[in-house]
Amino acid sequence: MTTAQNVVEVRDLRKTYGDTAAVDGVSFDIHRGETFALLGPNGAGKSTTIEILEGYRRRTSGEVRVLGADPERAGLDWKARLGIVLQSSGEVGAVTVREQLAHFAALYPNPRDVDEVIGAVGLEEKAGALIRKLSGGQRRRVDVAVGIIGRPELLFLDEPTTGFDPEARRSFWALIRQLQGEGTTILLTTHYLDEAAQLGDRAGIIASGRMVDLAPIGELGGADARIPIVRWVEQGGVREERTHAPAAVAAALIDRLGGEPEGLEVIRPSLEDVYLDLVGHEHADDLAPETLTETRA
Amino acid sequence: MTAPMTATGATGARPVPPGLGSPLARTVRLGLLRIGYEVRAYFRQGDTVFFTFLFPVVMLTIFSVSFSEASFEQTADGDDITAAWFFLPAMLAAGVLLSGLQNLAIDIAAEKSNGTLKRLAGSPLPVVSYFIGKIGQSVVTGVLQAVILLLLAFTVFQVPLPEEPARWGDFAWMFLLGVITSAILGIALSAVPRSGASATAVVIPITLVLQFISGVYLRFSDLPDWLQSVASIFPLKWMAQGMRSVFLPDELVVLEQNESWDEPGIALALAVWLVAGLILTRLTFRWIRRDS
Repeated sequence: MTTAQNVVEVRDLRKTYGDTAAVDGVSFDIHRGETFALLGPNGAGKSTTIEILEGYRRRTSGEVRVLGADPERAGLDWKARLGIVLQSSGEVGAVTVREQLAHFAALYPNPRDVDEVIGAVGLEEKAGALIRKLSGGQRRRVDVAVGIIGRPELLFLDEPTTGFDPEARRSFWALIRQLQGEGTTILLTTHYLDEAAQLGDRAGIIASGRMVDLAPIGELGGADARIPIVRWVEQGGVREERTHAPAAVAAALIDRLGGEPEGLEVIRPSLEDVYLDLVGHEHADDLAPETLTETRA
Repeated sequence: MTAPMTATGATGARPVPPGLGSPLARTVRLGLLRIGYEVRAYFRQGDTVFFTFLFPVVMLTIFSVSFSEASFEQTADGDDITAAWFFLPAMLAAGVLLSGLQNLAIDIAAEKSNGTLKRLAGSPLPVVSYFIGKIGQSVVTGVLQAVILLLLAFTVFQVPLPEEPARWGDFAWMFLLGVITSAILGIALSAVPRSGASATAVVIPITLVLQFISGVYLRFSDLPDWLQSVASIFPLKWMAQGMRSVFLPDELVVLEQNESWDEPGIALALAVWLVAGLILTRLTFRWIRRDS
């Protein structure tokens, strides 16, 4: 089932724990050189899926090919072509940033230059510091640096920018664009929809273990999902109408009601609105607060 | 994150990734690299340096000072055997146990629960290279520890050290075999604690009991025969006996079981435990619990 164009192929992937299905029949491909974003609320099965692709978990059923191999059986040569940034940083022994990167560089056949990578993640001033003494955001940057030191063909980024300040996030995006420019294929999970929109070519949205949508980021939810909504209050109740001509609808309202409609709004659904429609509003709390304020502002 | 990285293979086809090369040569090369990495990190940890590395040194000092008035045995020439002399072999044996088994069982259990092993599992590091790094760390720290113990005993407590090269030859093989066996058993034992936090609680009682029944803190010849027989199942008793055979005068052999240093028995016991440790490690060691 592997083709030269697909770096990752997943067919009907299932992972069950007892009676519970963490991943329930997910299928998708990732093309060479693209950045694929896997979105979904906490507990939807994103991390389980990514860890199956990384070889950390066994699947219950389904077919998985990553760089042409089954992750459950792939060897060290296969691992040498991957870069993995895990969701949790974990702890690191008493080593410095440069020591850690130099050590991991030595594990790979064609690593990047250590100082270049330290510069790329903006840790020049901390290169000689013990990793355990760094802040959470700085440690996360070490994780990213370790993930790319081996010049991976396929890079897994599991919520990579958690704990980053906005400036660090923008710099991280620039770094990822550079990797994209070099042809690196990337699988990204994130809670930040703006991050997915900035970096992703296509996205899959997972909810309750199922892929509820799979499309280029700009087309998620289908064409209808982005039709503007006109909303107003009439006789004490909220009314709304989806329309490609919101101004005409508003004008007709004025004519019909004989004046300014109460509480008139024209809403153009954002990626976040589309996403929330797809996963169900009960998961709205899972969104990162920053995303909510940014897109609602 | 501003400095640009050199773009390689940015245009069109990526270069075919070079292979990893000969697996054996690579495993050994990375194993040696791991030893340097592990040793450096080890000595930056204040608590392990104190409780594992310096512990036998502290204990030898305490025993030597507290029992400085006591005489333990006498040599054939009628000289007193001081506490420092008497306990030097015991502390060397304890050091082997601590540097290998106790240190690695706790260290690896912690690395399992703090994400270090998961990170390594995602890299192309051969698992055997990881083991070489851990065993090497035990050997390096164990040898340094032994050197400090010997220097302390010789210079401060005036313990006479053997002059015959053959004794130092015995010391070399017993010490190396002992510390490697101890390290491998530590790797095997690291599978037992359910978390890094519980590792100390699981491991320390084991090593403490072994030290008490194997003639480290108590005179082995004072223990009842049945307890001596129980201790003979475990490697520490043989390690301590081996160190006594090197550092105590020959006439004290009468205090040993069967009045013999039993070098073949020492070699056999340590070798059997080494193989047992390898088998257990092969059966139980996993980078991560795949379905945790």
